[in-house]
Amino acid sequence: MLRQQIILRRSLATARLRARFSPAFSSRYFQSNAANKENLDSMYTPTSLHEFPPEDITNSFNKQTGKDIIANQKKKVRAFTVNFGPQHPAAHGVLRLILELHGEEILRSDPHVGLLHRGTEKLIEYKTYLQALPYFDRLDYVSMMSNEQVFALAVEKLLNIDIPIRAKYIRVLFAEISRVLNHLMSVLSHAMDVGALTPFLWGMEEREKLMEFYERVSGARLHAAYVRPGGVSQDIPAGLLDDIYMWATQFGDRIDEVEELLTDNRIWKLRTVGVGVMTAEEVLNHSFSGVMLRGSGVLYDLRKNQPYEVYDKMDFDIPVGTNGDCYDRYLIRMAEFRQSLRIIFQCLNDMPAGPVKVEDYKISPPPRALMKEDMESLIHHFLLFTKGYSVPPGETYTAIEAPKGEMGVYVVSDGSERPYRCKIRAPGFAHLAGFDAISRGHFLPDAVAIIGTMDLVFGEVDR
Amino acid sequence: MVLSTAPLLLRSSRTSLLRNTLSPATIRAFSGSAFVAAKPAPSGAYPKGFRLPRPEAWDEGESALDRAGRLYLMTELFRGMYVVLEQYFRAPYTIYYPFEKGPISPRFRGEHALRRYPSGEERCIACKLCEAICPALAITIDAEERIDGSRRTTKYDIDMTKCIYCGLCQESCPVDAIVETPNVEYSTETREELLYNKEKLLANGDKWEQEIQFGLDADSNYR
Repeated sequence: MLRQQIILRRSLATARLRARFSPAFSSRYFQSNAANKENLDSMYTPTSLHEFPPEDITNSFNKQTGKDIIANQKKKVRAFTVNFGPQHPAAHGVLRLILELHGEEILRSDPHVGLLHRGTEKLIEYKTYLQALPYFDRLDYVSMMSNEQVFALAVEKLLNIDIPIRAKYIRVLFAEISRVLNHLMSVLSHAMDVGALTPFLWGMEEREKLMEFYERVSGARLHAAYVRPGGVSQDIPAGLLDDIYMWATQFGDRIDEVEELLTDNRIWKLRTVGVGVMTAEEVLNHSFSGVMLRGSGVLYDLRKNQPYEVYDKMDFDIPVGTNGDCYDRYLIRMAEFRQSLRIIFQCLNDMPAGPVKVEDYKISPPPRALMKEDMESLIHHFLLFTKGYSVPPGETYTAIEAPKGEMGVYVVSDGSERPYRCKIRAPGFAHLAGFDAISRGHFLPDAVAIIGTMDLVFGEVDR
Repeated sequence: MVLSTAPLLLRSSRTSLLRNTLSPATIRAFSGSAFVAAKPAPSGAYPKGFRLPRPEAWDEGESALDRAGRLYLMTELFRGMYVVLEQYFRAPYTIYYPFEKGPISPRFRGEHALRRYPSGEERCIACKLCEAICPALAITIDAEERIDGSRRTTKYDIDMTKCIYCGLCQESCPVDAIVETPNVEYSTETREELLYNKEKLLANGDKWEQEIQFGLDADSNYR
């Protein structure tokens, strides 16, 4: 009885949320519920197995007589179970969700991960620090340089070196470009999942321009392998900063266009406002980070709270939500576009001259001209590309504010050229783990909106 | 311009703006939607109590008439449609791919090639740096002394299905022998065709030498 009341209360709460935005829905739903409320006992009431204590479940299977089973069949029917993904277009890759449904209402959801598991962490233990770097591109494959940056920062901390100021500016510049790249993908594919295809295509155009910048600086549009321990691999080519500036001057208009289509749009609001609400306490308990955390009003951003690189020199704001729903998280991402643009402009204007990697040829390879003429440099070159550099024994947990949240690596070095252990803390994994808590009581189409707002990329979730 | 960009910061600054500078009568005289917060988001310390903005009173914010007009005239939908219409008159960003190609930089990392010296002698000296650095273990090299006494490879295989195009092989090569060409159009029908041997790589080098040399020259200041 109590359980049934809980279920009813939860569905009523969901309905109330919906009713705020759809009058037609509210009249239909509440009338039918009022009529059914009296004969609740005889009503079909599905329950989730996970709401029973384990002994109840085993009892119901083992100790019941046939008569009991028949009698109970009228009341206890197992919820309808649906496989969401891994081939679902809204699943953002290879997410598989087992959803237990009561009609359209989600009683329980169980994310299955591991379909894109490649054993990156174990693989890295067998690679030198330089060889391990390209694998970080492939974790979160829509914000590549952020992943490289966190590994580079961790290794630099173990090596106890400070990189040149120009390298820091380049890293921050491209970290923010990565943030724009990532948010373009996350916001607009979120919009596409709930039905707005047009802004997604505009976002792809902007992503194309940004990936051209990636390609000009590193040689690859996606998997850059550009940010290395000790700096960045090459200096930025002449003219690139001008072109980034030209891009940045027009990008604000593109954000305005997207906002014009989405922010006030009633369909978009119906799909996002009041959906996936998490309180500040809940997000902290689920160890969410990034936009998922700030959407619920927790002001925490590693760029401000423990500034790395040159973020302490940058002037920017951290947008924070109040309601903790999908709409607030969308607004925060749109605001972060503009804050990223501010940082990009500051990087472009203040870009200092100088070297882009530490001039210690035991850590970063010497320039090619020197390598071909100087015997000692050639020896360094050979050592770096065969044996690698050895890192003093120690361990570090280094985290940065990646576009998706707190991206951290825990690197343990035993003094050799290869990391003893490299644990990667991916923000998407924690978010997906909280999916059940967010989605309970929502409707099936809200699951799509919640997946979109969690900004999942399975390269980093499955690692 | 859309109003709510920074969800909280603007909202709080907007209410304070309205409260400090305008009387409630003025606010009522004009509808709430006439006011757009022009104040930028505060930088540095956040104002006290910013997490819980004061809820709007009945005479603040959007008027009922405005709200009804927005609801029934679908203003925001038509504004969105106008933005979409604007796009119709812009030049398309798409290109006709096989005939038109996007620009690439001298640093582009595509299909691999082995280069030769202008004399025709192959550059690779089988130092095996690329084999050692390759994170994907895609390169296999065998070498022995040639009749003229120089050290050259007898086998140089790249498994292009393993390669992750990180560019570490061309960075490591001390004689600029193994390079990544700008070519990306080398898809094959069978997997075996992607297991490149020395002949294939040298042929690639002969075919793409001009582009490779152009890229190396253009990028020589940065390497």
